[in-house]
Amino acid sequence: MKLYEYLGKELFERYGIPIPKGRVVENAEQAGEAAAELGEVVIKSQVLTGKRGKAGGISFASSSDEAIKEAKRIFSMELGGFTADNLLVEEKVQIEQEIYLALTVDGAAQRPVVLVSLDGGMDVEDVSEERMIRWPVDVTVGLQAFMVREICRKLGVEGSLQKEFIKLLPKLYKMFREMDAELAEINPLALTPEGLIAADAKVTIDDDALYRHPQLPMIKEKTALELKAEELDLAYVELEGDIAVMANGAGITMATLDMVQHYGGSPANFLDFGGGADVEKTSQALELLLGTNPKVLLINIFGGITRCDVVAEAFARVRESKGIELPVSFRLVGTNETEGRAILDKAGIKSFTSMDEAVSHAVDLLNAS
Amino acid sequence: MAIYINDKTRVLVQGMTGNQGSFHTGQMLAYGTKIIGGVSPGKGGQSVEGITVYNTVFEAVEKESADASILFIPAPFAKDAALEALAAGIKILILIPEHIPLHDAMDIMTQARQNNAVVVGPNTFGLVSSGASKIGIMPNQYFIPGPVGVVSRSGTLCYEIVGHLTENEVGTTTVVGLGGDRVVGLHFVDVLKEFEKDPETKTVVLVGEIGGSAEEEAAAFIKSSMTKPVIAYLAGKSAPPGKRMGHAGAIIERGRGTFESKVEALTAAGVKVADLPTKVPALVKEVIGNK
Repeated sequence: MKLYEYLGKELFERYGIPIPKGRVVENAEQAGEAAAELGEVVIKSQVLTGKRGKAGGISFASSSDEAIKEAKRIFSMELGGFTADNLLVEEKVQIEQEIYLALTVDGAAQRPVVLVSLDGGMDVEDVSEERMIRWPVDVTVGLQAFMVREICRKLGVEGSLQKEFIKLLPKLYKMFREMDAELAEINPLALTPEGLIAADAKVTIDDDALYRHPQLPMIKEKTALELKAEELDLAYVELEGDIAVMANGAGITMATLDMVQHYGGSPANFLDFGGGADVEKTSQALELLLGTNPKVLLINIFGGITRCDVVAEAFARVRESKGIELPVSFRLVGTNETEGRAILDKAGIKSFTSMDEAVSHAVDLLNAS
Repeated sequence: MAIYINDKTRVLVQGMTGNQGSFHTGQMLAYGTKIIGGVSPGKGGQSVEGITVYNTVFEAVEKESADASILFIPAPFAKDAALEALAAGIKILILIPEHIPLHDAMDIMTQARQNNAVVVGPNTFGLVSSGASKIGIMPNQYFIPGPVGVVSRSGTLCYEIVGHLTENEVGTTTVVGLGGDRVVGLHFVDVLKEFEKDPETKTVVLVGEIGGSAEEEAAAFIKSSMTKPVIAYLAGKSAPPGKRMGHAGAIIERGRGTFESKVEALTAAGVKVADLPTKVPALVKEVIGNK
């Protein structure tokens, strides 16, 4: 789960990482009040889209009136399909240098990795490999001062800035570990006359560990359908095409989409309803798909832990109760295949054993519709 | 021969008394896996499918000795169970559960490295040395002995491909599911190294998907160090950038980990990439000779 900047900064503050003085506001008037209190301010849209700055979601103001005007403008704008519920109004810090600092997980090394560059700011993605220092951390050792000294040596950083790094990095690491973060990124980490200040915060918490952090608010920037799918614990992504696809397992669902495209069709969605779903959950997944008004429905089941009879039963049930009128191509093999096929036969539904045949049939159905 | 496990591998099942644990204990026994005991804290003394359940891994290992352990433990408790197995000297650990927190997975992998233990998963179907031992949840009937090594990031897609091989009467030496999570124990390169050494494995099928750089790393290894032919199939050709497709790994970012970059890297390493799962058997037969 991605955290809004202000929530990330609240975490920073809790772990002793300096952040600018600021206020979270819900309307333009409050932004004006904040500006009156803070003086020169930066006003930042609290949406999860990157490139907020380039899109105009960040602005400066030196008076209360100006802050109100800018806040109104930012509240009314759409960034990545979403409007902001909150703005962050902060004192403008005097930046001498923009540094990039992040902790993330290196999957190949199976450990956390520190990333630091003295070339922080908007275009950090273009920083060359040798200007981006990477330091993997052994979780049984943790992030120690000697590692930070070594990182500083590679960066060519000495003196008071090195001391600041030695204070700050272990705090970020502690937060990263304790909060189950996937990413804790500060860009820019601003070098100011007062020392290092986190001018931005991009923190992502591991969804699988959210149960350990009940104090965090739930953040959802998703379409209504995607939210519904999440409630049902389905992996669902909306796409642009006409053939609704339902399969069990992420890999095979992707392969099904690929095959739809291979045969000249276009998928309407990605829907992986996982392994071992019962009749109820399978029915709900089906109903969700039908709600998107696709032209053709393609179901691809290779039952391992998923049982073919359960899927067939759910399909027959939904068809009876909701009346599925659109053409369907059904592929069914694996665990309890015979039982599943019997249910479909009884309901007069044709099914395939090969994925190829089922997919090309779905595309034929689309072309005929 | 096969890799990692064989008919002598002594297997422990952690979480044996649960729904999944007991069902798959039965399935594994039916396949021929040498299951020597189960562990479910507080359920010691019970039995599942005639196999004794112990309270702790230490107790089970003391009484029966074990090489491998498979976990059917809810994600929040998986770290404790995995560390217990490692502390008790288990050298092959199969983590079936999905949704194990990322930081827990890193803790497990670090411990495993220190103990020289192999971890398969998490979020995997496990591994099977065909005809000898299955430590996992895959359907038994598709895994028949033969000359092909298979390594896959995803589960059902791997069944699909092994299913096509079986239909074509091509069997497998060992089939390894790496698992779909961001932090997993084994990577393609680890498994490719073992297949390269295994005399029974004549060719390897690699089943990958978009996201991450594991396929590119595999390509580099194949180019530099593999003499055996490798066939690949990759899922995610049609996926739009920036959309997460279920697996934590399957996300394309910043032009890296794309379908094109993976196909290009693998092709340059001499790997034949099948454009459909159904085309894998023909490519395999081409390299092993049509027997």
